[in-house]
Amino acid sequence: MLTIAGKTFNSRLFTGTGKFSSSALMEEALLASGSELVTVALKRVDVKNNQQDDLLIRLKYPHINLLPNTSGVRNAKEAVFAAQLAREALETNWIKLEIHPDPKYLMPDPIETLKATEELAKMGFVVMPYIHADPVLCKRLEDAGTAVVMPLGSPIGSNKGLKTIDFLEIIISQSNVPVIVDAGIGSPSDAAKAMEIGADAVLVNTAIAVSNDPVKMAVAFQMAVEAGRMAFEAKLALPVVHAIASSPLTSFLDE
Amino acid sequence: MSSFNDIFETYNWDDTKASIYAKTSADVERALVASKRTLEDFKALVSPAAAPYLEQMAAISQQLTLKRFGKVIQLYVPLYLSNECNNICTYCGFSYDNKVRRKTLSPMEIMQEVAVIKDMGYDHVLLVTGEANLTVNVDYFKKTLDLIRPHFAHISMEVQPLDLEDYGQLTPYGLNTVLVYQETYHQEDYKKHHPKGKKSNFQYRLETPDRLGQAGIHKMGLGVLIGLEDWRTDCFFTALHLNYLEKQYWQSKYSLSFPRLRPFSGGLEPKVEMSDRELVQLICAYRLFNEEVELSISTRESSNFRNNIIKLGITSISAGSKTNPGGYAVEPEALEQFEISDERSPQEIAKMIRAQGYEPVWKDWDNCLVK
Ligand code: SF4
Repeated sequence: MLTIAGKTFNSRLFTGTGKFSSSALMEEALLASGSELVTVALKRVDVKNNQQDDLLIRLKYPHINLLPNTSGVRNAKEAVFAAQLAREALETNWIKLEIHPDPKYLMPDPIETLKATEELAKMGFVVMPYIHADPVLCKRLEDAGTAVVMPLGSPIGSNKGLKTIDFLEIIISQSNVPVIVDAGIGSPSDAAKAMEIGADAVLVNTAIAVSNDPVKMAVAFQMAVEAGRMAFEAKLALPVVHAIASSPLTSFLDE
Repeated sequence: MSSFNDIFETYNWDDTKASIYAKTSADVERALVASKRTLEDFKALVSPAAAPYLEQMAAISQQLTLKRFGKVIQLYVPLYLSNECNNICTYCGFSYDNKVRRKTLSPMEIMQEVAVIKDMGYDHVLLVTGEANLTVNVDYFKKTLDLIRPHFAHISMEVQPLDLEDYGQLTPYGLNTVLVYQETYHQEDYKKHHPKGKKSNFQYRLETPDRLGQAGIHKMGLGVLIGLEDWRTDCFFTALHLNYLEKQYWQSKYSLSFPRLRPFSGGLEPKVEMSDRELVQLICAYRLFNEEVELSISTRESSNFRNNIIKLGITSISAGSKTNPGGYAVEPEALEQFEISDERSPQEIAKMIRAQGYEPVWKDWDNCLVK
């Protein structure tokens, strides 16, 4: 079971609420996915009058934890402000930190993200930063008190899969905090792959939301994540090698 | 602050040992072809089940080492500053209860030794002492570092474990690398072999690499003294320690040593023997487990062994070593800490390295890079 900041999760599939054709369909798909952590863009909810907010009402289930995200902010200062707003409106100190100064590719800003993580961690937030698959940045974030790291698999919304796999493997091998692959996961097989290499969870939004049948796709992702995790735990069988007798490198031992 | 002890406490020696000896050839084969090897893979590779796979391990170890380090072997030499020691260690010639004449080099004597070491071609030196906190302490180290710093590009230290503040005080003096061997991770046995003195505190020693990491030391060396306990289990704990440290102090480099207990005057017989073949297995297992770690071999090992091991995963070797304070110039006949097996000069070793198509390197860091 996965534990983040003292909370345990049965499902390693995290999801998002964007891009669904209707909020009813979103609700149905998220329920089908079994996901227990759902990220919500702060910019999309009615923070003042959240009891009436259609999106939030549809997420009111005991097993669903909300993860407000700061998407839309451009620097650390705005992110800290947004996080405080989210804490008040949604009554959670969990925050998905997304800082992208560039509106075209939505590339995360590593410098502002590190700054904001430091500040938010000091303020008692459970910080989940969305970042490049940058192993050094991940260690810096760890030092800054991050709860997890969320490196991207490929550009956000691109559905291109794990383009950063070599870097993800380094991050996973040296991380002391859970690693959640965020962005770029386009198909269940990508999600399974991420889990096979040892990611602790994946976050999937676009691939579920824009498929022809989001409910069915949500189930497919759920199964893929479970299968990938099981494979990781069971250790993949690898091609067999055979023992060979003595030869040049170690023959000096027989002299 | 968390430390390695938190992880170490969750392990039990006997269970760990049993799990190593239970590894099968299937486990070894899986470990051989895995792209990233885990601690369980390491267990398989040091287990008896891996013995028939030695040649394959050697081939992979050689490739991985070439990929990361190239055809280069670092040379280093110890400079014993003092044999004063307040500890009793059952395996050491400098042990408090051993009747040897005690000596701590004076500044002038240190410079005499340095002159000989420089003449051998070295630009990197390893300072070694026992543990005598009254005379050989942080002040002594500061003075010594100050004295020899102009003459070496890279200074390493293998002395008593120090407090965090002390390490912090020494880095501005050009200290770059610190070696602290746990000797054994078997707690009860550790107590038996270290009955008296500060060194008998197992935990303080165990947490020394944590303090080194916190002090921002560039490189630290780990290892156990092979012969005190079951080497497979002890070396597994070394690998576990390394694994933890790399994650925790990711800005430091690491090196491993695997000294086998050597005879010295009045010495201890090894409880557990390790053959040459097993030492090769261990070296290859370390390399397969960790592609980046430096692996170091001393003059304790025989010439023939050292000639052949160069290509199998080793990255640094000592040469021309004396293991007594004053051994190079001041007092060559004084009693040594342990017997040297490979007596060849550094130039002979360099020639041997070149003959194998490798380049001998006399330093691997330059202090001028940080100042
Ligand atoms: S091993 Fe070190 S601490 Fe122990 S007696 Fe020898 S010099 Fe002293």
